[in-house]
Amino acid sequence: MGMEQQSKGRMLQYYAWVAIVIIYLPVLLLPLFSFNDGRYIAFPIRGLTLKWYIEMFNTPAMHKALWNSIQVAVVTSVLATAIGIFGAKAVTRYRMPGKGPVMFIVMLPLVIPTIVFGTSLLIFVRWIGLDLSLFSIIIGHMIICIPFSIAVLISRFEGFDRALEDAAADLGVGAAGTFFRVTMPLVWPGVIASVLLCFVISFDEFIMAFFLSGSEPTLPVYMYSRMRFPQKLPGVLAMGSLVIMASVVILILAEFFRRRGQDRGIVASGTGLGI
Amino acid sequence: MDAGSHSLSAQIRHGGPWRTVRLLLLWSEPVRGYLQFSPTLIVLSVTMALPFGLMLLYSVWTQSYLDVNTTATLANYQAIGDKPLFSALFARSLWISGSTTIWAVVLAYPLAYYVAFHVRKNKIFWLILLTLPFLTSYLLRIFAWKVILGYEGVINSSLGFLGLISEPIPWLMYSPMAVTITLVHAWLPFAVMPIFVSLEKIDRTCLEAANDLGLSNKASFFRVTLPLSIPGIVAASLMIFIPTVGEYVTPVLVGGPDGLMIANYIQVMFGRANNWPLGAATAIVMMGLITLCSVGFLLLMYTIRRGAR
Repeated sequence: MGMEQQSKGRMLQYYAWVAIVIIYLPVLLLPLFSFNDGRYIAFPIRGLTLKWYIEMFNTPAMHKALWNSIQVAVVTSVLATAIGIFGAKAVTRYRMPGKGPVMFIVMLPLVIPTIVFGTSLLIFVRWIGLDLSLFSIIIGHMIICIPFSIAVLISRFEGFDRALEDAAADLGVGAAGTFFRVTMPLVWPGVIASVLLCFVISFDEFIMAFFLSGSEPTLPVYMYSRMRFPQKLPGVLAMGSLVIMASVVILILAEFFRRRGQDRGIVASGTGLGI
Repeated sequence: MDAGSHSLSAQIRHGGPWRTVRLLLLWSEPVRGYLQFSPTLIVLSVTMALPFGLMLLYSVWTQSYLDVNTTATLANYQAIGDKPLFSALFARSLWISGSTTIWAVVLAYPLAYYVAFHVRKNKIFWLILLTLPFLTSYLLRIFAWKVILGYEGVINSSLGFLGLISEPIPWLMYSPMAVTITLVHAWLPFAVMPIFVSLEKIDRTCLEAANDLGLSNKASFFRVTLPLSIPGIVAASLMIFIPTVGEYVTPVLVGGPDGLMIANYIQVMFGRANNWPLGAATAIVMMGLITLCSVGFLLLMYTIRRGAR
């Protein structure tokens, strides 16, 4: 490696660190303002206080929104993962004609603007005569989470030797027995990773919930409604800061489980955090 | 597979012809595969395809006061074609997300390059560090830019404190540029991953060969590395362009009236204006335009690649 190569590497390294700082700085501003002793989200910082965290504890509407979000995220992550298991196993185990186009459609929600799903589901839910509720949000979040779940699980299913399942079948274990006694123990880290990832995605999702929530807002919808009232905001930032911290912890856990026992190259095992 | 066909032939020998047909069907790999895939397909058909079909239907209906008139007509599409408001909103949406895509890909490329070629031990650490913010606190990250770009925000108050400006810069906030800056920041981490994957796949011996044949580092980048990473660039571009055309939150929080995009109009139609059919038609035209642009872009990149060969 020549001198030129090395200095180029140095330049790129500086660039990368500056980029990381710029990527993270705005996110870190919010926790900073959640300790700011002033009602307005502007500099200069007036002094440090914990009063917004106290206000957060004394705002029942926020607790309700948090609880709604938790309910939606738990149900969504479990259902999306259950459906993802079938999908991921089918794609990795069988040669199916038309697999490419079908997978393309399944993965579409990763890119198509969420507003398209939000509005069409809104039409659909009202058309079949249902009221908007947490249930309609769960349906919407499933669409978004299933592709993530399948992507995480595919790398897991690809990672173990199929012969183990065949051996169980040879030894006379039934299909269900093979699934629960051979397949599941081998893929469970992927399953946990998928549940955690889907939980965070559902918990953070705004647009779908914005269109599909009736009188019960999720936490992002509640926060959004507060963003127009600057006086109410620091309390929201306090909650937001806690949510960011919890999400980061859960995502790191998800990544830990996703990579557990996988000693393969980064490219082969999918592309990080399920994307 | 061997075991499966073994027991299959045994079962066929014992059973009658009907049983044979049934078993053959069940044992055929595509059938079993799709059977296992069916829960996913059923759920997505009901939650994705059916509502989308219904939206298509709504788009040819019309709103008359509180009721929806179900006579099929192209009036909504006509209105979208006729009114200059629509073409202005569509043009601005495509412009904002187009420039967002270019900036994000250009800024992300060196990051992906650094992780792929210069980081040796901690690739996973870097990848997680870069992707983590993308999956958390979408709303709060956008809101943070309101704090940064606002009249009393970080930039204006710092510049004022340094005495460089006497009053806030007016165009910093509530402009299409503010939307673009915010979107580039939000989507840049997302662009790193596909580019990284395509760079990581490049056979390192190709680069050594290029060097051995006397190509300078610069020349080997432009003639080997960059062309080979085009698939990653294409993937990253589409993964940013397609969703950002329909961006809703960013224009509301930092765009102001001059920075509103087509999704904001769709939301008004489904909300305050209560004209679902027109909103549905607008969403469908948006999807059509996105498809056209994406296909056009893919064809362009395909021609470039063929020309490069």
